[in-house]
Amino acid sequence: MRGLLPITAKNSGILACETCHKLIVCDTVSEKGATCPRCKRAIHVRKKDSLNRTWALLVAALVLYIPANLFPIMTLISFGRESRETILSGIYQLFLSDQWVIAIVVLLASVFVPIFKIAALAFLVISVQMGLTWRPVFRARLYRFVEWIGRWSMIDIFMISVLIALVKLKALATIEAGPGALAFAAVVILTMYASKTFDPRLMWDRLEGEIDE
Amino acid sequence: MRLACPECDLLHESMEITYGHSGYCQRCGAVLFRNHKNSLDKTLAFAITGLVFFLLANIFPILVFKMNGNTEANQLADGALEFLNSGYWPLGILVLFASVIAPLLVLCLLVSILLPLKYNRLPVIPELQIRTLLSLRPWAMAEIFVIGIMVAFVKLGDFAEVGIGGSLISIICMVLAMVLAFVFLDRRTLWQRLDQLK
Repeated sequence: MRGLLPITAKNSGILACETCHKLIVCDTVSEKGATCPRCKRAIHVRKKDSLNRTWALLVAALVLYIPANLFPIMTLISFGRESRETILSGIYQLFLSDQWVIAIVVLLASVFVPIFKIAALAFLVISVQMGLTWRPVFRARLYRFVEWIGRWSMIDIFMISVLIALVKLKALATIEAGPGALAFAAVVILTMYASKTFDPRLMWDRLEGEIDE
Repeated sequence: MRLACPECDLLHESMEITYGHSGYCQRCGAVLFRNHKNSLDKTLAFAITGLVFFLLANIFPILVFKMNGNTEANQLADGALEFLNSGYWPLGILVLFASVIAPLLVLCLLVSILLPLKYNRLPVIPELQIRTLLSLRPWAMAEIFVIGIMVAFVKLGDFAEVGIGGSLISIICMVLAMVLAFVFLDRRTLWQRLDQLK
């Protein structure tokens, strides 16, 4: 043990409710099936089975990321010609038509954010499992950023929803959704849940030398 | 009164801070609470504003698409309905929920919690209302929907004529109101207000 331990709720025998942040002294509640007296939600010392759940969701997201990029996210049918668009070819089209700002926004939201999220969360989970004590404040910020940025990958899905509702002029021009969109939406949802199931407090527990979970 | 950091579990003695400032965790830097003057009143005002714009956003078209003399316009929920009709029903449900149902529910919940509190009454089922509000919040993606509309607008502009409908402005105003409502909403103030009334 290195010097004085920081005083946390856990090592003071206090449970903090995740929903309303009320502090509950452990003696007054039984560990199993405890609910918060204020907001009536189940309370745990740490999020339940956090690391395993985050891993499972991350692996599922990574697997679905492959069809999300291989299959077309939408198809444009105009004058009998079909042109299929994947996430990457859509961004390439935007660059070709000199829409730099929008192209970069979509590139960030649809390509970089999902990859970055999966990589960052995997790194955070591994850092906890290995008991890393390296730059905890940086890792806390990284987690906060991942949690905030995740939803923005939905841009492409909303874009498709607008296009298919707007472009339906029969033979003249019609846009249809493709299977890639389904896989991509699944990736976004799975990674959102992955960051939700990860408990950032575990990073700090390791710092205090508590390996039990 | 003590409080624990929700992100690193460090215990803090809460101190009084001046209006307009936030309390941060000493160890990990997470926001512990914000101290806004009339926090709940401001949130209520923006939530009501958001609801008004939500209604307006449903009346007019978002974008208008013209090609070879044909015109097509879309409204707020049309994209989701089109997904539902095209066989991609999971996407239809997701888009309908994230761009229409969740933002509407979030605004309604805010008003249904804060309006009674304003007149010193308890909301009907305060715990459930606040819990639902907090868990719905990340799924209300109106702001991302707006960016999606803009990308669609730019993409279509390449091969056809596209115009902006009245609803787009309303959606943008609704997004701004919703973002501001959450800027001023402080969980701690909200629970303390409830505790006072009980």
